Amino acid sequence: MNVKTAAEPPEAPPERREPFMTLFGRYLIEANSVMVTIWSLLLAFAIGAVLLIVSDEGVRGTWSYFFDRPSDALSASWEVVSSAYFALFEGAVLNFNTLDRFAAGTAGFGDVLRPLSETLTYATPLIFTGLAVGLAFRAGLFNIGAQGQLIMGMLGALVIGFGISAPAIVHLPAAVIAGGLAGAAFGAVPGVLKATTGAHEVISSIMLNNIAALFLVWAIGTGFLHSETRSELVTKPVDDTAALPHLLGFLGGSLRVNLALVLGFAAALFVWWLLSKSTFGYRIRAVGFNSHASATAGMNIGRTYATTMGTAGAFAGLAGASLALGINAGGVTTNTALEYGFDGITVALLGRAKPGGIVAAAVLFGALKAGALSAQPGVPVDISILLQAIIVLFIAAPAMVKAILRLRTPRGGLVTLEAKGW
Amino acid sequence: MRLELRGLTKKFGSFTADDDIDLTVEPGQIHAVLGENGAGKSTLMNMLYGILKPTSGEILIDGEPVEFGGPGDAIDAGLGMVHQHFKLVGPFSVADNVQLGREHTRGAGVLSPRAARAAVLEVSEQYGLALDPGAVVEDLPVGVQQRVEIVKALSGPKTELLILDEPTAVLTPAEIRELLAIMRSLAEAGTSILFISHKLKEVQAVADTVTVIRRGRVVAELPPTASEAEMASAMVGREISLTVDKAEPEPAEPRLEIDGLTLVDDHGVKVLDGLDLTVRGGEIVGLAGVEGNGQTELARTVLGLIKPDSGRVVIDDRDATGESPARRIRAGLGYIPEDRARDGVITEFTVAENLVLNQYRDEPFSRRGMVDAAAIRRQAAESVAEFDIRTQSPDDPAASLSGGNQQKVIVAREFSRPRRVLVAAQPTRGIDVGATEFIHSRLVTERDNGTAVLLISSELDEIYALADRIAVIYNGRIVGEVGPDTPREVIGRLMVGGEADADGGDRER
Repeated sequence: MNVKTAAEPPEAPPERREPFMTLFGRYLIEANSVMVTIWSLLLAFAIGAVLLIVSDEGVRGTWSYFFDRPSDALSASWEVVSSAYFALFEGAVLNFNTLDRFAAGTAGFGDVLRPLSETLTYATPLIFTGLAVGLAFRAGLFNIGAQGQLIMGMLGALVIGFGISAPAIVHLPAAVIAGGLAGAAFGAVPGVLKATTGAHEVISSIMLNNIAALFLVWAIGTGFLHSETRSELVTKPVDDTAALPHLLGFLGGSLRVNLALVLGFAAALFVWWLLSKSTFGYRIRAVGFNSHASATAGMNIGRTYATTMGTAGAFAGLAGASLALGINAGGVTTNTALEYGFDGITVALLGRAKPGGIVAAAVLFGALKAGALSAQPGVPVDISILLQAIIVLFIAAPAMVKAILRLRTPRGGLVTLEAKGW
Repeated sequence: MRLELRGLTKKFGSFTADDDIDLTVEPGQIHAVLGENGAGKSTLMNMLYGILKPTSGEILIDGEPVEFGGPGDAIDAGLGMVHQHFKLVGPFSVADNVQLGREHTRGAGVLSPRAARAAVLEVSEQYGLALDPGAVVEDLPVGVQQRVEIVKALSGPKTELLILDEPTAVLTPAEIRELLAIMRSLAEAGTSILFISHKLKEVQAVADTVTVIRRGRVVAELPPTASEAEMASAMVGREISLTVDKAEPEPAEPRLEIDGLTLVDDHGVKVLDGLDLTVRGGEIVGLAGVEGNGQTELARTVLGLIKPDSGRVVIDDRDATGESPARRIRAGLGYIPEDRARDGVITEFTVAENLVLNQYRDEPFSRRGMVDAAAIRRQAAESVAEFDIRTQSPDDPAASLSGGNQQKVIVAREFSRPRRVLVAAQPTRGIDVGATEFIHSRLVTERDNGTAVLLISSELDEIYALADRIAVIYNGRIVGEVGPDTPREVIGRLMVGGEADADGGDRER
């Protein structure tokens, strides 16, 4: 393009501060929330590397004669670590083998995109459950119940998904909304209990998770939900009119990423708007920071707890809908929900309960999951869970990262995310 | 012990909190350090107690320069500190609190409760501070909890100098009198005392020497005989009117009527016991009373945070008893809570956000559920200017403000919207003279505009300065309504239940 932007002379700062690079350099060695997150990731991969080395029998063998021939141990270790992480990368982002085949004309462009599609597919429910936990965090509530809310959302979407027949333009939104509403209703329960009886939301939502999981087992077995064609514990499929369309279906059938991803981004955007622009969000933040002052200012604390938990539950319910109408449109089993609800807690922590952070964290965890699944059996699948756990451990303990790396204390002190009311 | 500070300076970046402080505490002397909030008193104490490291200058004990790496060093050197906010473990006994951090053991980590008890009794007898070592701290009245703190400070290996940081802030008048007597007898027994305060009367009553600090510098060394006006002007750097100029009140129709209000707490105690009180538009009714006689509950019931067991709250001829706080606030009830940090401000929110905390749902600050940030910022700019809130920017978090300025934020919030009734609970607690003067004059302006003002204060001086009518609360009832010219002794007697002598009996809960 030839259009030149009218370069306005940058306004001279009133006072000459330290040069940008100096400030930037200091930022890098400071234990602020961004750098702690980045360092946590790097540290997690470093520790993961050690564990990969230790857990590989062949490599352990080379270390036994380290002092005779250190190059053996070092190269073997490098080999196992780099190949494992490379396999993760190939499974989550880009497979170079496929790229070669694409260049040679034996693979389609869709095949090249497949790892990314898988990453985003696994990230989608995590975005929703991360938002469900993160939003509650902002109100000072610890929503452990995303798992149960997700299951209820799954069932709600499923029932509408096969129970009614309508054109897709009506059917799909109706099923998605049904999922959200089911999650909201289930999520509001701990909020209402807390508001009316003071029952702690952690305790009640943990219990509700069990109730939801067992309810799912029973519900799948009922004649209403159980598949008519299959004998194992699986539900009927949803109608095609209620299934979430694949986003990249035109590039190849194996690209499973569907419309739910777009809904997830929209939900994150909505939560950002809710928290920063709406009176409801103002109230959520006020109550989360100081419920006493909020009550004195006339806010109804109990109602805020109930509505926040309901809204959070709606997001978890949408996660369920994204599964029941998306990758599991062919039928829901007791395994469909996996641990998405619980992983939402770690996603919210890693994203520091901020919508943008949650999306980024969900994509990262989706990548770890997609990578680990595709790298099997060469790389133990546990490595992904391990990395997630270590990352969150460091995020939750910024003082540890600061101590390990000798970072400087940032202005305003270290930031940890915590739910109040314990 | 003779404590000497020479040129003690503490800088935080480019900000100088304490600048070249010289101060000497002679053995057995009570040395008062007087200064506004933010004058640098706390920084000075923290340096003295080893919590902060001085940028320059030195601390000498009995002529020897010392350096403290932490409070442990200071304690070993013979310093004891009683913090403004008690550092006690509520569910622990007195003895366990006193031995906290230096437990008496029988060796091998086995606690020796008997030795702990004996140690408490020894100190309490030595200094005449009556304490039951077995009592659970959280069940004790605040004044006794403070005595625990003092005994704890005195139980150091060889405590010879006691630092008391704003020790009277949380005490009732009777407890204050007792504390001052304790300080006197400790000094006579040879303990030096460094007494941090901004209450002039107490300083006059007890100190041997007064050092006044303003903006981190020593501005005056005064004898305790100096007049209040002299001390106050040294503190704030200008003449201060301790009395409030106000015209005769012009009371109109009743705006706030409280009718037989009764509240029973969880233990079955009647905290409010058929309380009746009427406040008319255009008058300030001062509610005097020893703290803990139902003032807090009364204020919270008027706002609607607590539901009374019986009785009515009538605002502007409308029975508001069953209404939510939000409803009452919207109907024109202003409320300045007594516990600023807990109930008044959200420290993580910006000053601007705090200024609309109870109006965020009203136009122009929000429309159809959407917050209008520009309108909030405009309002903040106005309030910051009008109420002289000292902040770098309205977008700074409220946590960055001093206590006095946080209080101004609350006052600005209540005064920047139409109101009919104002409940002001301890509106100047813990804030400096300048801000107090400002808030007092605003309360009078408020009255002159026709608002009904209920002033709840534990400081009789404040009641006398402002009230047009004084109601005295005792055990949840109004035991007397008197004019503003009533002598102190009469009110004092009413405050303790109308007994003949104002000192009658210890107040037990």
